[in-house]
Amino acid sequence: MIPSQIYVIAGAGLVSVGVFAWVVRRHLVRRMMGVNILSTGVFMMLIGGARRVEGGPDGVPQAMVLTGIVVAVSATALGLALIQRIYDQRGERSVEERGPM
Amino acid sequence: MSVLFWLPLAVVLSSMVPGLAIFLLREDQVVARTALNLLGALTKLALIAAMVFGVYRGQIYETRFPLMPGFDLVLHASALPMLFVVLSAVLWLITTIYAIGYLERSPGRSRFFGFFSVCVSATTGIALSGNLFTFVLFYELLTLATYPLVVHRGTREALRAGKIYLAYTLTGGTALMVAVVWMHTVVGPFDFTEGGALAAHYEDHHQALIILFWVMVASLGVKAALVPLHGWLPVAMVAPAPVSALLHAVAVVKAGAYGIVRLVYDVYGITFVRELGLGTGLAIWASITILYASLRALSQDKLKRMLAYSTVSQVAYIILGVGLGGPLASVGGIVHLVHQGVMKITLFFCAGNLAETLGVHRISQTRGVARRMPWTMAAFTIGALGMIGVPPLAGFISKWTLGTGAMASGSPWALAVLAASSALNAAYFLPVVFRAYFQEPLRPWPREGDAGRLETHLSLLVPPVITALLVIAMGLWASSTASPLSWVELIVTRIYPDPESGIGGL
Amino acid sequence: MRGLPLISASIWVPLLGALFVSLWPRRYAARCGIGASIASAAAALLLVVAVALSGPRRERLGGWGAPAGIELWIDGFSALMIAMTAVVGGVVSVYALAYFRAKDSSGDPQRQEVEGRREAYFWRIWLLVWAAINGVFASADLFNLYVTLEVVGLGAVSLVALAGGRALPAAMRYLFVTLSGSLLYLLGVVLIYSEVGTLALFQAGESLIAGTLAQAALVVMVVGLALKTALFPLHFWLPPAHADAPAAVSALLSALVIKVTFYILVRLWVVVFPASVSQPVGEALMLLGLIAVIWGSWRALRQQRLKMLVAYSTVAQVGYLFLVFGLGPRADGSAGWQAGAYFAISHACAKGAMFLAAGAIARAVGHDQIEEMRGVGARLALPFFAFGLGGISLMGLPPSGGYVSKWLFITSAAATGDVIVVIAVALGGLLAAAYVFRVLALAFERAPREGAPSLRPIPATLGWSALVLGAVAVALGLAAGAPLALLEVGLPFGQSLAEGVTP
Repeated sequence: MIPSQIYVIAGAGLVSVGVFAWVVRRHLVRRMMGVNILSTGVFMMLIGGARRVEGGPDGVPQAMVLTGIVVAVSATALGLALIQRIYDQRGERSVEERGPM
Repeated sequence: MSVLFWLPLAVVLSSMVPGLAIFLLREDQVVARTALNLLGALTKLALIAAMVFGVYRGQIYETRFPLMPGFDLVLHASALPMLFVVLSAVLWLITTIYAIGYLERSPGRSRFFGFFSVCVSATTGIALSGNLFTFVLFYELLTLATYPLVVHRGTREALRAGKIYLAYTLTGGTALMVAVVWMHTVVGPFDFTEGGALAAHYEDHHQALIILFWVMVASLGVKAALVPLHGWLPVAMVAPAPVSALLHAVAVVKAGAYGIVRLVYDVYGITFVRELGLGTGLAIWASITILYASLRALSQDKLKRMLAYSTVSQVAYIILGVGLGGPLASVGGIVHLVHQGVMKITLFFCAGNLAETLGVHRISQTRGVARRMPWTMAAFTIGALGMIGVPPLAGFISKWTLGTGAMASGSPWALAVLAASSALNAAYFLPVVFRAYFQEPLRPWPREGDAGRLETHLSLLVPPVITALLVIAMGLWASSTASPLSWVELIVTRIYPDPESGIGGL
Repeated sequence: MRGLPLISASIWVPLLGALFVSLWPRRYAARCGIGASIASAAAALLLVVAVALSGPRRERLGGWGAPAGIELWIDGFSALMIAMTAVVGGVVSVYALAYFRAKDSSGDPQRQEVEGRREAYFWRIWLLVWAAINGVFASADLFNLYVTLEVVGLGAVSLVALAGGRALPAAMRYLFVTLSGSLLYLLGVVLIYSEVGTLALFQAGESLIAGTLAQAALVVMVVGLALKTALFPLHFWLPPAHADAPAAVSALLSALVIKVTFYILVRLWVVVFPASVSQPVGEALMLLGLIAVIWGSWRALRQQRLKMLVAYSTVAQVGYLFLVFGLGPRADGSAGWQAGAYFAISHACAKGAMFLAAGAIARAVGHDQIEEMRGVGARLALPFFAFGLGGISLMGLPPSGGYVSKWLFITSAAATGDVIVVIAVALGGLLAAAYVFRVLALAFERAPREGAPSLRPIPATLGWSALVLGAVAVALGLAAGAPLALLEVGLPFGQSLAEGVTP
């Protein structure tokens, strides 16, 4: 097993963990984390699976992952801000596991 | 791109543009609204008069521009469209005058007259459409423009009627559109052609074309109120009288009947219809409608409902004439398009006058009403006698032609239908006339309108008198060159090109 | 015009506008925002005219080509979508000017502060979203599509959240949906890249061969994008998000944002994936689309709230969009694809008009409960008329853009003898008529003698801008020639429409 395959398999694992958290969990922060794990998994697969150039890393996936991380960070920031607003306006119950979502 | 190219479009727009302008008027701008209405109606008449002369001399006016690849918007003025256009334009002018008097002081007049004008534009568009694509376009526009008129009063009952009206007409319209699209995928784009456009295609698509024919007749039959698709028409009677007059005499019902006429003559072609054996079915369907609706009319007490059922049966005469085939029957059917329109609009004007002036809505309330409203009842009587087919009125001409046409095309059973229907017509119209003239009123009128020296408002009184005079004139001078009958003979000679089937039997 | 960087201008202008609105003091936000909107619409329309006159355009940003640089590519399809964005976006901007202003009059300073902030944020985010939408339509590589798509999604979520209150949970749910949708799309991009080693759309399409990997990539991308386009049964998030957002935002979301993901799907179908891979998935999508048409219309019919009704109608109309994945590849010529593209733009105008009108009505009445609106019609004729004009297109009645696209849909379905599609399309139109006229009947119903709802005055701009969009939807039915001709520029669907129409 070459190292890049480990990345792919681990990435796929992270994707499934993220999807699981997103679908099953109800707490908003947990779901947000789930989406984050999902994106990390996708990025790892991207780095691991896209190595085609012999003798040296392929620049394109690296650039893509960098951009992707930036997107994921800003999305997380937006999500956390939203959760904060919901908490402020509607109280604890609305962000909890048994919330109305 | 000469002036002639734009003429048909100008006819359509001459009522559309004032209509859209009326929407912008405030409720109290009565003068501006009346001026716009009459300006539109008179402009339209002038444009049409110019076109009639041209068409008589053999000129064809056509506006054509592409809407979609393969599909053009075609407005085509030949003999048959001009008949319908003239009918709608003339009756429209009269109905507008009537409506101005009828709706005096009621709310929402700008909206009413706006949609009223859009409605006449749609009818003109239907009349002039030069292919099925254009026809469907204006046909659906007519549905949309008449809905606000049907629900104009805004009562629960009116809204319910509007809902039923839409349920029928939109379903019919959708079916029509699907059938038209399907037909185009089978035979490709084509225009209406005198003598039939499909003549060149009939080798390998017989079955599909037969099915499509019946789907299209059924969907057009919704507006033409063929039994059992007529349910919306009696319900839609809650609309104000000018609207009922319009729905019945000119716009909606006629749009359906006219569609069937064009389908038979200009799409399939009379020879092709005969070859597929479709005409007899059409004639039988029409006969059932004629008899059933006449029977239903017999048992009505509400005057407008009775007139509605009478419309259902009379419009089917047109279909009967078309279905029987043969030049004479065709003349009878098509000329009834005009005659029925003028007669029925007279009757609705009179019914509206009774309701508006005296609050009389039921036949049982009409005892002795002729003494209170002599002019109105005189007009009503002329219209009713015309419907029955008493010579020398307009209705006699169409029934006579239909009857001789039925004999000529070898369907004597249709004569029995005509006779039975005339007897039924007499049975439901004559009691009204008798009651009005020869019985004493039992109690005072439900409402006594204040109308000064005349029996009712002048703008309510003049329209029925004019149309009643037209009914007489169309009967008396049926053989003059300016009569609808002569014009229809001109149309039919163009539909039946072969000389030996000439129509010299009149 | 060949040398001018018109494509990048259509992205830069709204982006700079967003920057300007953010930098200027907040009280100038509206003035600055509307100026930027007009400039953006002008830049976009200039690009569209250029494409219509002189054919497809390509631009390399900063002179860098693929793979490291960004390539922009515009053909007839993307030009039409950019034109749609410009028209709808321009009108909605005018509407928003009055919509966010009108609330200020309460006099309460704290409330005014909140409203002022809301207005400023609207303009900043909306211009950003506009830039990103144009970016999606101009992108020629898969990854660039991902980035711009993500910006559109995040911006849309923030716009929904502007309404506060019950819109916040809806926005939260929308955020999760849009994030996971684009991550699934990205996963598909990864799979494609590992197979073909390029991200450029057209090269990837040339070298991608049918196989398990292509199949997997297609499935994850379809699931992700269908989720973001709200295809039944993945539509659960759309009605609350679209209904609870401010009316101007609802219009933008329903009209434009869901079209973005639809556009990407169409591109993937036509350019990237081989037909043997996409055929069965397309049939499945078409089936879901048919169910969506019926289900969404039925749900719309049952709604109690006006904006909820319009939102469910979007669910139904999305169903029509997905019919193209079954019909498009199947029919001769490009009638199926053209129908979808034309449907997208006419739905954008129609639904925009309806949401704007619904917003104006709700603003005047003070709520949007349909049952309690009896008798308001006579005094709100303008917004109801606009609603009706949009409704004509939705019902597919002539003359309207919806009618033209329905005609094309039935043409391509009838050509292959697909009776079920024909029936569903016809039935969907009738159901649409049922829910549209349920609202329009209100306009004609006479006010009850007592207890007629009192109305607040609303700026006339609200009604008129809705009317303009409705009129555009109707005009699309009278002048279908020009947009359909634009769709032929560069033959985005491989074939010309004319090949399918004349047998």
